[in-house]
Amino acid sequence: MSELINSPVWRDLFVNSADNIPWYAEFVRSLLRFVIALAGGLGSVPILVWLERRLLGFWQGRLGPNRVGPFGLLQPMADALKLMMKEDITPTNVDKALYYLAPAIALVPVICSLTVLPWNSSSDWGAVAPHLNVGILFLLAVASIEVYGVILAGWSSNNKYSLLGGLRASSQVISYELGMGLSIIAVLLMTGTLAMQELVHSQTIATNVPIPDSNYSVWTQSVSAGFWNWNIFKLFPFGLVAAVVYMISMIAETNRAPFDLPEAETELVAGFHTEYTSFKFAMFFMGEYANMMIVSAICVTLFLGGYTAPWGILGQLPASWTFFPTSVLNFVNHVVIAPAWLFIKLYTLISFFILVRASQPRLRYDMLMHFGWKVLLPTALANVVLVATSMALQQLFGAVGHLIAVGIAGCLATIVLWVAYLHWKARKSGDEASRLPIRRESVVRAIAARMPVED
Amino acid sequence: MTLQAILSGQGLMFLFFAVAAIASGLLVVILQNPLRAALSLVINLFSVAGLYLSLNAYFLATVQVIVYAGAIMVLFLFVIMLLNMGQANLNTSYRGVRTVIAFSSAIGFGGLMSAVALKGLPDVMLPADAMVTGSSAGSVEGIGKVLYNPNLPWLFAFEWTSFLLLVAVIGAVVLAGKRQQPTEDKA
Repeated sequence: MSELINSPVWRDLFVNSADNIPWYAEFVRSLLRFVIALAGGLGSVPILVWLERRLLGFWQGRLGPNRVGPFGLLQPMADALKLMMKEDITPTNVDKALYYLAPAIALVPVICSLTVLPWNSSSDWGAVAPHLNVGILFLLAVASIEVYGVILAGWSSNNKYSLLGGLRASSQVISYELGMGLSIIAVLLMTGTLAMQELVHSQTIATNVPIPDSNYSVWTQSVSAGFWNWNIFKLFPFGLVAAVVYMISMIAETNRAPFDLPEAETELVAGFHTEYTSFKFAMFFMGEYANMMIVSAICVTLFLGGYTAPWGILGQLPASWTFFPTSVLNFVNHVVIAPAWLFIKLYTLISFFILVRASQPRLRYDMLMHFGWKVLLPTALANVVLVATSMALQQLFGAVGHLIAVGIAGCLATIVLWVAYLHWKARKSGDEASRLPIRRESVVRAIAARMPVED
Repeated sequence: MTLQAILSGQGLMFLFFAVAAIASGLLVVILQNPLRAALSLVINLFSVAGLYLSLNAYFLATVQVIVYAGAIMVLFLFVIMLLNMGQANLNTSYRGVRTVIAFSSAIGFGGLMSAVALKGLPDVMLPADAMVTGSSAGSVEGIGKVLYNPNLPWLFAFEWTSFLLLVAVIGAVVLAGKRQQPTEDKA
C-alpha cells in the first residue's frame, strides 16, 4: 500500500500540484473531477425526486411513496425503470430532428453548469474547473441557453398546447433572467470577483497556506468566519434583497410552482413535453430536477457561504486532535465536512422550495409578467444602485456611509409603497364593479355554501 | 499563418470554429424553414464566440453567448413561434432588393479577399500574456480598465451608446404601448 502511495505515478495523479504534473495526469484529474461532479449532480436527482414527493405528501397530509424499499427510497429507481421500459412514441407530424434534439438541449447545459460549482477550497480538487476566473459569467451564459430545449420541444411537437407551453417558457425565462442577473451583479459589487472559489473565500476567513513539495507558493484555504459574514447578511438589507430576488427568479427559471406556467396541467395538458414519452420525457424530467439542484447550489455559493460551515468550529475537526496525522485531519476537513455542509445547505434550501410549491397557488400569466417586470426588475435594479451607493459612501464616511444608503433606501421604499397604495386605492374606488363581473366575496360565499359542513 | 501555427491547439480551435461559423452562416441563408434558419444563426453565434475564445478574448466570448445566443435569439424564436411561420415563400417577394444586397455584399467580400491576397493576413491574435494596465487584456479587469478610463476615448463612446440604447427602449415602449382612450383620461 505504501509502495503504491509513494510511487511517482500515484503522486502525479493525486498528490503533486497542478503546475507540476505530466499531461496524462492532468487529463485523468479533469476526468475524475468531472465524474465526481456528475455523480453529485445527476446522483442527486433520484434523491431529490424522492424528497419532493415525500415532503409534498407530508405537507398535504398524506403519505407519499412508501412501498418500494425502506421509506419508499427505491421509488425513483422503479420510476426510472418504468420510464425506460415504456413504449417510445414519436408522433407522425413532428419536426423529427428538432424533436429528438430538444431533450438533449434541455439536459446538457445543466450538466455544463456543474463545472464551476466549488465543493471545497482545494485549488486542484475544489471544482471541475477550479481555475476558471469568469465562473459567474459562464454560469449566466449556460443558464441563458437552457431555455432552448423547452422552446424547441414546444415548437417541434406540432401541438397547440406544446407550442403555448414553449412560448410561455421563453417569455418567462427571459423576463426573470433579468432579475436574476441584476441580483448576481449586486453580489459581484460586494465581493469584487467573478470566480466562484473567490466568491466563497470572500465570505470566509481565507488564509494562504504554503504547500510543501510544490511550485505553488500558497493554497488559499477558507475557514468559516461565521454565518454573519455570508453575502445574504452583507450590507444589510441589500444582500438580503438580492438573495430574495435571486431565489424568486430561480424558481421561475426552473419552471417550478408557483411559476410552472409552461406545464400548467389544467390549461395545457402537460405543456411543452405533452408529446414526449419514455426516455425522452425522462431526460426533461432529469434536466428539470438537476437544474433545480444547480440553481440552488449557486444560490448557496453566492449568498450562503458555499461549502463553509455557519460557525467556525463546526467546519473542521479540532486541531487539538493530534493523535490523527495531519493528512487525515485535512482529508476529513476538506473532503468530508466541506461537501457535507454544501449538501446540508442545498437540501435545506430545496426543502424550502418544495414547501413553496406545496403552499402557493400557481400565478396567472399576466400576474407573472406583471410581477417580473414591474416588481422584481425595478427592485433588483434599485438594489444594485443602492449597493454601489453604499460602497461609495463607505469609502467617504466609513460605516456611517452605509447608514446613509439605508436611509435613502428607506425613503425610496416609503415613496414607492405610498404611491402604490394611492394607485391601488384609486383603482379600488373606481370602476371595480364594471371590471370584475363577479365579486370575490360572492365567489367565496358561493364556494362556502356548497362545501360540506363539518361538525 | 504557418502550418505549425495552424496545427497548434489554438490554431485547430480556430479552424474548427471558423468552419462551423461559415457552414452555419450558409445554412442561415439556405434553409427555407425560418425556425431552422434561426437555429443555424444560434450555432453561428456560438462559433463566433469560439473564435473570440481562440483569440484569448474570454470576456467577449461569454458576453456574446449571454447577449446574442441567450437573449436576442430567444426573442427571434419567440417571434417566429408566435407568428407560426411555416415555409417562407421568398421566391416572388423582394427579388430586386435581394439582387442589390447580394451584389453589394459580393463586391465587399471580394474586396476583402483581394486585400488579404495582396497584403497578407494581419496578425490579429491577442497573445495569451498580453497586458493592459496591469491586467490580462482579454479579461474583465483589462476591458474594464480600458473602457472606463477617462483618459482614453472609449468612455465617451460607451456612455453615449448606453444613452442611445435608453432612447431606443423608451421609443419602443412609446410605440408599443397602448394608446389611452381620451374619454378615460378625462374620468
